[in-house]
Amino acid sequence: MSVARTGPRIDQLRAEGRAALVGYLPVGFPDVAGSVAAARRMVAEGVDVVELGLPYSDPVMDGAVIQKAVEHALAGGVRVSDTLRAVEAVAAVGAPVLVMTYWNPVVRYGVERFARDLAAAGGAGLITPDLIPDEAGDWLEASDAHDLDRVFLVAPSSTPERLAFTADATRGFVYAASTMGVTGTRATVGSDAERLVTDTRAAGAERVCVGLGVRDGQQAEEVARFADGVIVGSALVRELVEADTAAAGLDGLARVTADLAEGVRRAVKESA
Amino acid sequence: MTGPDPAGAHDVLGPLAAEAGSGPYFGAFGGRFVPEALIEALDELDTEYSKAKADPEFEAALVRLHRTYTGRPSILTEVPRFARHCGDVRVVLKREDLNHTGSHKINNVLGQALLTKRLGKSRVIAETGAGQHGVATATAAALFDLECVIYMGEEDTRRQALNVARMRLLGAEVVPVTTGSRTLKDAINEALRDWVTNVRTTNYVFGTVGGPHPFPAMVRDLQRIIGVEARQQVQDLTGRLPDVVAACVGGGSNAIGIFHAFLDDPDVRLVGLEAGGDGIGTGRHAATIGGGAPGVLHGARSFLLQDEDGQTVESHSISAGLDYPGVGPEHSWLSTIGRAEYRAITDAEAMEAFRLLCRTEGIIPAIESSHALAGAMQLGRELAGRSGDQPVVLVNLSGRGDKDVETAARWFSLLEEPS
Repeated sequence: MSVARTGPRIDQLRAEGRAALVGYLPVGFPDVAGSVAAARRMVAEGVDVVELGLPYSDPVMDGAVIQKAVEHALAGGVRVSDTLRAVEAVAAVGAPVLVMTYWNPVVRYGVERFARDLAAAGGAGLITPDLIPDEAGDWLEASDAHDLDRVFLVAPSSTPERLAFTADATRGFVYAASTMGVTGTRATVGSDAERLVTDTRAAGAERVCVGLGVRDGQQAEEVARFADGVIVGSALVRELVEADTAAAGLDGLARVTADLAEGVRRAVKESA
Repeated sequence: MTGPDPAGAHDVLGPLAAEAGSGPYFGAFGGRFVPEALIEALDELDTEYSKAKADPEFEAALVRLHRTYTGRPSILTEVPRFARHCGDVRVVLKREDLNHTGSHKINNVLGQALLTKRLGKSRVIAETGAGQHGVATATAAALFDLECVIYMGEEDTRRQALNVARMRLLGAEVVPVTTGSRTLKDAINEALRDWVTNVRTTNYVFGTVGGPHPFPAMVRDLQRIIGVEARQQVQDLTGRLPDVVAACVGGGSNAIGIFHAFLDDPDVRLVGLEAGGDGIGTGRHAATIGGGAPGVLHGARSFLLQDEDGQTVESHSISAGLDYPGVGPEHSWLSTIGRAEYRAITDAEAMEAFRLLCRTEGIIPAIESSHALAGAMQLGRELAGRSGDQPVVLVNLSGRGDKDVETAARWFSLLEEPS
């Protein structure tokens, strides 16, 4: 089986005239099997690229909803090896699967070893919220060796020099944080977002996806007009966290995913 | 003027101190493992700090504040009655407990408050464990008319209720943090989340020599005055350099502050005392270098307490100020190259030293600093009987113990039990 990569998938969707929908869920909420089932359900309802969160004790870029889910996962004994197994199970349905991870678990596992095992599990690569390319020497090497995507973040505060530097180090897509802040839904996606996408493209990025704050189809549609992908996390995780039963959580997840998927399909891209 | 140079800017750095340099790396440790959103602010801080260091007005302002507000230079006190419990070596205390606000933390925050003004920012945030750094930051914020928010683990707000009240009296907002282990590490997470969100108006006044560059080098430079003063004062008192310099290590700012002026005195042993809690063997401790492994936490590569998956492990110490699973990267480097040594002191050993200093010298030390005192007791006994001059142990008494009276009273069963 050839591994699905994010770059070709986003290009394919662009050729079809729309942006990708990237959906995040943490591994281990409500348990490992439950998170795998939820991720597969997301794909069935229209998520194009899956982002699986590796639970970590100190998630400084995450807001309350994701913190709560991750704390639950860790309290339930979820291990790094569970994330690799979840990647394998979700990648089997054909969507590219990225792992979103804070850096220390990878350092502890061994950067090269993690890259090897992630590639073997069929993972597409990593999103690294607290690793900037400046500090990523061993990851650049390992991701080259195993042909993995490396998604770095840019922020509204990034200078043109840093946008260019980050775009150059990236493979897959650049993750544009729409606002200054942590993950969580917001009533409006910052007006900074469109400017940041424009600037990041001007700095040389091939693909730019926007995350932080998107919660519904209407916002997804808005973002999909100017970005190559719309990244949604907390709005999806909230459905699982706030549901009374696992089945109700999956239903809520499916409903929100379908709304988001419609949103990205409604947006007509200028390039199409 | 005679005596130690208060700002420490005019002493010549020896080769090792020069190698320690201004970051971002200390050997294999340090760096900037933070979200990209913070890089501009860190760059801005780094640039402004470099400019400030070269600006005589910045130095003059800090010197003036230290003389007229902090109470510097802090005095040196020889403690012969306490020294009898340390193998009869000479023990001298660097009295950072006598600084305004009661600890060494004020040295750092006044510098960072001046920088906040230079950056044109109007709001400061800080994390605090024992509350000492929070109180110091709230103090500087009041003095400089800055909005101030302090993040403190809910568990610590309970252990240090008096310091919470002090911060509120000074006009700061204290936010109890209810995530994770509800202690210092989670307070730092929450402060980082605030900073990512409000970085355009807000300066993060980091309390220790950890975190992303430029904090480890900057906080160390601002604390370096402790050792610069003490090095001269010990020589004035004893006619020579000390044999050992002992300091407690949580994040490590008071220790690096007193160590640094001695880095290039190869005959001076530098000993950091970590919090051994119930003992390293029990797993309930905060001895990061003694019982941890290298990794990345809160923006820097350094030693940390972690499990085999790289998840941060909760630390344990009777002292809230040392109850932290990380340590500043420069300490990891000094340990790795063998220039400083690190030992663990258990809760019981620290409390025995606490009791002794109270009884023999009339000084109530912070429980944090009591770890350094317990280290002096161990080291003194090891040095005793050595031929030649009577050995001299210099201890950084980094804080006073008023905030710890309730903890100590419980430990020694000094309170009437409610019936």
